[in-house]
Amino acid sequence: MTANTHPQLLVHDKVDNVGVVVVEGLTAGTDMLCVCTEDNSDFRLTAKADIPIGHKVALKDMAEGDTVTKYGEDIGRMVGRAELGGHVHTHNMKTKRW
Amino acid sequence: MAFDFSQDTVKAWRRENGRVGVRNHVLILPVDDISNAACEAVANNVKGTMAIPHAYGRLQFGEDLDLHFRTIIGTGANPNVAAVVVIGIEPEWTKTIVDGIAATGKPVEGFWIEQNGDFETIRRASWKAKEYVQWATELQKEDCPVTDLWVSTKCGESDTTTGLSSCPTVGNMYDKLLPHGLYGVFGETSEITGAEHICEKRAANPEAAAKFMKTWQAYTDDVIEQFKTSDLSDSQPTKGNILGGLSTIEEKALGNLEKIGRTSTYIDVLEPAEAPAKGNGLYFMDTSSAAAECVTLMAAAGYVIHTFPTGQGNVVGNPIVPVIKISGNPRTLRTMSEHIDVDVTGVLRRDMTIDQAGDSLIEMIKRTANGRLTCAEALGHREFSMTKLYRSA
Repeated sequence: MTANTHPQLLVHDKVDNVGVVVVEGLTAGTDMLCVCTEDNSDFRLTAKADIPIGHKVALKDMAEGDTVTKYGEDIGRMVGRAELGGHVHTHNMKTKRW
Repeated sequence: MAFDFSQDTVKAWRRENGRVGVRNHVLILPVDDISNAACEAVANNVKGTMAIPHAYGRLQFGEDLDLHFRTIIGTGANPNVAAVVVIGIEPEWTKTIVDGIAATGKPVEGFWIEQNGDFETIRRASWKAKEYVQWATELQKEDCPVTDLWVSTKCGESDTTTGLSSCPTVGNMYDKLLPHGLYGVFGETSEITGAEHICEKRAANPEAAAKFMKTWQAYTDDVIEQFKTSDLSDSQPTKGNILGGLSTIEEKALGNLEKIGRTSTYIDVLEPAEAPAKGNGLYFMDTSSAAAECVTLMAAAGYVIHTFPTGQGNVVGNPIVPVIKISGNPRTLRTMSEHIDVDVTGVLRRDMTIDQAGDSLIEMIKRTANGRLTCAEALGHREFSMTKLYRSA
């Protein structure tokens, strides 16, 4: 497999609304190869920000109050907004537990 | 077609009680904090022995004292230990520890400092330590099935790559080896928060499920509710977790649970440092999520190899148990590869499957059992951290 077929974004489950950046130095405007690990299906998405490795990217426009879904499960709620391809982290999402 | 590891063997030590050890330590074990200096002096006198200094052991009582004894006895009783010299300040608790370890059948003798002083205690204990180390170094390894090993797991400095790569690698190993006789254990009670409903469903029987939920609820009620601040003062997820992209405890918990694979189920729930007693299979242990504390408790329960997925790069080791580090984070492999035993970055590039990653971990477990020092051992990481339940009297 050649380097340009390596994905920039991995998604656990088909129903997830976030994916994870798996490369270092991702910059805004990158046309990302995104792979869903559940079934190896792929799609493309443009990154809207410089997003560090390991951090999450919105797979749809998300508004305050929306549930964030990863592993097919509820991992918290949006406390701000994120656009499609934007950064999702502690600045705009929070646990529902404490 | 996956490899069949069920017939594989490793060269290891079969102990007096039938358990398999992959290291051959002679320990100089303090009962209490004020006996550390004497133990370190003995270990300095007699090469090839190891002292395990620690912070506690005086004026503890009740459940906290029980846990202290269970941890010290369990450490000495671990099959990675050939023989033990125990030193305490006074004879009675020293005898409690010696008798507990002696139940395994291995050589153990106790010494105490009161009425002797450090000098006389060190002199007498050094003679015994020399006898033990020369006996232990002649013990021969034999062929033992890999599935006779007890292999624990706990992850640390997790990030989103652990849930994608290194944690499912451990889960794949468990799915392959547990059905053939391996003992496994996972824990981290606070870190299951957010996925407790999923963990409950992974019990092998209703009793284990109920015991797990009771344990988890007790931790939440007694510790979290009593001491919590906003977001647990940013302790869970940790600052390192957040730097690595984990945003919430739910997200962290779901990644954590990837360590028990797709098909494995736990048969019982253990107290901290409690040895499993319901036969081979997977157990849940009530532990902290702090790396050194958790690994110390699992070692005291009798586990002989620890598998440790990390994302951002936890460097923990243990004095008696080899800790195998697994990481899939390419930045961590680039910046701190001296700590990582199993590189699964290929999983994120999609040029390595979880099945292949699991096989590579099993190979590393075999190599470690056969004698390869882990990164943590080579770098001298010997963190021995006792869990304390409440203030001493």
